Amino acid sequence: MRGDQANRLNYGGLIDRSTALNFRFDGKTLFGFKGDTLASALVANGVKLVGRSFKYHRPRGILTAGSEEPNALVELRSGARREPNTKATTAELYEGLEAASQNRWPSLNFDVMSVNQLFAPIFVAGFYYKTFMWPAKFWEAIYEPAIRRAAGLGRAAQVSDPDHYDKAWAHCDVVIAGSGPAGLAAALAAARCGARVILCEEDFVLGGRLFADGGMIDGLPAAEWVARAVAELTAMPDVRIMTRTTLFGVYDGGTYGAIERVNDHLPVPPEHQVRQRLWRIVAKRCVVAAGAIERPIVFADNDTPGVMMASAMRSYINRYAATPARRIALFTNNEDGWRTAETAIAAGLQVAAVIDARPDISPAHRSLASKSGFPVLHGAVAGINGGKGGVRKISVSLAGGARAEVEADGLAVSGGWNPAVGLTSYHRGRPKWRDDIAAFVPDGAPPGMVAAGAANGAFGLGACLREGFEAGAAAARDAGHSGNIGSMPVADDEAFSITPLWHVAGKGKAFVDQQHDVTASDVELAQREGFQSVEHLKRYTTLGMATDQGKTSNVAGLAIMAAVSGKSIPETGTTIYRPPYVPVAIGAFAGHHRDENFHATRLTPSHHWAAEQGAVFVDTGLWKRAQWYPRAGEKDWLESVTREVKAVRGGVGFCDVSTLGKIDVHGPDAGTFLDRVYINAFSSLAVGKARYGLMLREDGIVYDDGTTSRLAEDHYFLTTTTAKAGLVMQHLEFCRQVLFPELDVQLTSVSDQWAQFSIAGPKTRDLLKEIVDPAEDLSNEGFPFMGAREVGLRGGIKARLFRISFSGEMAFEISVPARYGEAMARNLMIAGKPFGITPYGTEALGVMRIEKGHVAGPELNGTTTAGDLGLGKMMSTKKDFIGRVMAGREALVAPNRQVVVGIKPTDKARRLRSGAHIIPKGETPGPGNDQGYVTSVCFSPVLDQWIGLGLVERGRERIGEIVRAHDPLRGEDYDVELCNSVFYDPDGGRQRG
Amino acid sequence: MRIVCPFCGERELGEFTYLGDAKPQRPAADAGEDAVYDYVYLRDNIAGPMSEHWYHGGGCRAWLKVTRNTLTHEISAVEPAAGAGAAKVGV
Ligand SMILES: [Zn+2]
Repeated sequence: MRGDQANRLNYGGLIDRSTALNFRFDGKTLFGFKGDTLASALVANGVKLVGRSFKYHRPRGILTAGSEEPNALVELRSGARREPNTKATTAELYEGLEAASQNRWPSLNFDVMSVNQLFAPIFVAGFYYKTFMWPAKFWEAIYEPAIRRAAGLGRAAQVSDPDHYDKAWAHCDVVIAGSGPAGLAAALAAARCGARVILCEEDFVLGGRLFADGGMIDGLPAAEWVARAVAELTAMPDVRIMTRTTLFGVYDGGTYGAIERVNDHLPVPPEHQVRQRLWRIVAKRCVVAAGAIERPIVFADNDTPGVMMASAMRSYINRYAATPARRIALFTNNEDGWRTAETAIAAGLQVAAVIDARPDISPAHRSLASKSGFPVLHGAVAGINGGKGGVRKISVSLAGGARAEVEADGLAVSGGWNPAVGLTSYHRGRPKWRDDIAAFVPDGAPPGMVAAGAANGAFGLGACLREGFEAGAAAARDAGHSGNIGSMPVADDEAFSITPLWHVAGKGKAFVDQQHDVTASDVELAQREGFQSVEHLKRYTTLGMATDQGKTSNVAGLAIMAAVSGKSIPETGTTIYRPPYVPVAIGAFAGHHRDENFHATRLTPSHHWAAEQGAVFVDTGLWKRAQWYPRAGEKDWLESVTREVKAVRGGVGFCDVSTLGKIDVHGPDAGTFLDRVYINAFSSLAVGKARYGLMLREDGIVYDDGTTSRLAEDHYFLTTTTAKAGLVMQHLEFCRQVLFPELDVQLTSVSDQWAQFSIAGPKTRDLLKEIVDPAEDLSNEGFPFMGAREVGLRGGIKARLFRISFSGEMAFEISVPARYGEAMARNLMIAGKPFGITPYGTEALGVMRIEKGHVAGPELNGTTTAGDLGLGKMMSTKKDFIGRVMAGREALVAPNRQVVVGIKPTDKARRLRSGAHIIPKGETPGPGNDQGYVTSVCFSPVLDQWIGLGLVERGRERIGEIVRAHDPLRGEDYDVELCNSVFYDPDGGRQRG
Repeated sequence: MRIVCPFCGERELGEFTYLGDAKPQRPAADAGEDAVYDYVYLRDNIAGPMSEHWYHGGGCRAWLKVTRNTLTHEISAVEPAAGAGAAKVGV
């Protein structure tokens, strides 16, 4: 044996003694074995003190051996992988594991903050509400930082998580939570019937408590039976066994959440492997065989290190061959607790005494006591003499009123068992109380789910097997499978007799919720102060609100509440159960969707070409768009953008506008359909022409705009803004399918099918002649402004050509099949070279649209009407359309609405900023005289100054008025002039030329 | 939640977009402002089975009329919404 594992048995257990693992706890090097958890290795090394408590910094040890652990929380790993609040009881030991205790300073043995215990009165129930109410500013400055230092959990890593997380789907007939006797029996039955089975086990070993509690199944020792059952399941092709996987939630429609700790048991995940995987399992049926959790009895100093759940003690001794104490006392109120005395004796440990709260015990146990020479004390534990070194002496108040003392270095406690009712209660289910076992059991479950075995209150081994087997068979049958089920595994049923005991009155702190430091007197105080409802009790005392969700404390808390309020436990009731059953890292929910993969990325057809040109890209929704194309020697973006604008206005430029939504509208009723979705008419549009269209929402507010062309009598080609491409398609499908099903019209999204380029500038036609088939007439007569038709290109491919202009220049937009998009960009560069062709990005596009007074996203902002945008005259009075009636409401046509207007600083050198508020001259800025704001700004190369658009009250009537642009965010205030929103070529001669 | 699309079969919630109450019908063009106002804004707050519009945007792009119990999320019927003529607010 390696190292000083003084408390390790040299036989038995599911540990591999040939593989010693070295690990560090609080800097000290220790050894354990493969098969250990961090907790079992600490037990084997005699470490009793593992942490300090949340509020009072009391010394704490290991209470349990499972995921219900409230105390033994550590910071696992270091650096970027440091993980706070990790349960030592579920963390698998690996070579080189590093763990640090939490919530202590400067060290675990000497903790300054344990003086909090002296100030305990201020930490009573509701202390946040009572103590720190006033004055308010003290809260942020003094109280909160002080509390955060004093009370707390571990420290999260301060750098980004270097590991990967995955998300996956799985589908099956039957999913089973837990692989104890009930879970294995359920899996056997369901799989033999032919069902597709997924068996989830949160432990790294299958078998549940069988390795801790033993027993005989089908005449075999439990461990052998488990091996045989697992071998049978593994051999079946439709069974998937997932260890290290916790089923943590149930969602609608038979969807279950599970977290698989794929590589948590290794120091670092192997290359290309994930750390954890979040599963969404879709199952026709679910068998919850999640077992039960042993519950403590609340007594004074019950948090002393060395006090441990009786079942956990058996786990450490039988499964890990690690002995938590040498001389053990047992405090129980039920038959099952006695197994720990038997286990201790079998392991050669001393039993100091059994303190049994029941008046009678079985003859078998009485003879065990006399044979092994330990006393049975009828009574209850009243206090512990111990401290950070652990239990030394236990004081017992005997049934007759006398006192006794027991010397021991460990105290096993069994207050009975609580079935794990979480999963079955997650759809607001309320478990029901069973007097015979003094516990809540599931009362129904979400559709398709059933509990079996200890999770259903069946605590005997035989009953677990029987219930599991029957539940598995029924689940398979419900899922449509009826194969040969074989024989049911059989075992004896142990008796379970319990006399409920929740709280032993006594001196000293008696903890209900050890993770949140909630005591029995806190519960009593809450009751006295009127917080009697369990939901109020929970929030007032924070009982059960820690990361363990009160798995060992909730029932005791409400039992104490029931006692002090004179009600029964079922009358007192339980709080609502909510997933996840165990904490799940946010990283697992995010999966691969982080950093640059947070969402999908869409690339325009000319993206790779643009990247070659050194384009700067901007994220626009999912798209990456070229924002500008810097050239050597340009000092900033403004210089590049100004050059691009001048090049377009003086020559020719082009821009990839493929991100626009594109929809083909086909059918004899296509025109009528468009008439109903746009405010203006499209049935009257001539074939070969394009028209700007504006859509409203049904409430009369502008939704989207774009150009729609009529390519044939029954074929329109509609474009949307980039931002609304998907939503407009959805909207139009609603109109087509739901509102106007009588219309014969079909919609096809072709956004990804066409690469579209805007080619703009006075030399556009010269350039196009180099690209388009010479037979096509591109003259002003042959292809007038707002013309639209299919043309042939040199080389033979067909394109759609639209004479539309966003820039205000002579311009065309050309569409080619997306696969030719990149070639088109390259061809334009070649063919355009003699004309000084300049690619331009979205910034130059934006500058030219502002110069031209075109509205865009900042003006189509979900609050503006067609009239606000200066487009009110487009609203047809001859037809009905979406939004027509509501657009006529009084407030939407009020004369004092904020409408689009041009804005320019009176000082030409002044930079205009969007977001600045418009205030009348001579008024004090404030909400009362805020008349609107600047929506879009740019530096206009044409006017050689900053200009903008804004939404300003009665703006169109106030052209020429000087107002204040007030910008409190940037601390600016300056005069601006309201002006015509069309700054450039107001009569439109250039685009028509 | 899972919805059985009449065209695509049983699919996961993430493929669908929720719209809301499928009951209100878009009034005729001459129905007047009050009727349109009710159509756009008035909704029942139903506790129990409710007829709703869902869009299968991650699949066939069909608008569906789904009967869902708002208390339990149980879905009792799914049919194509085509022809239902029901309301859509605000887009
Ligand atoms: Zn579908």
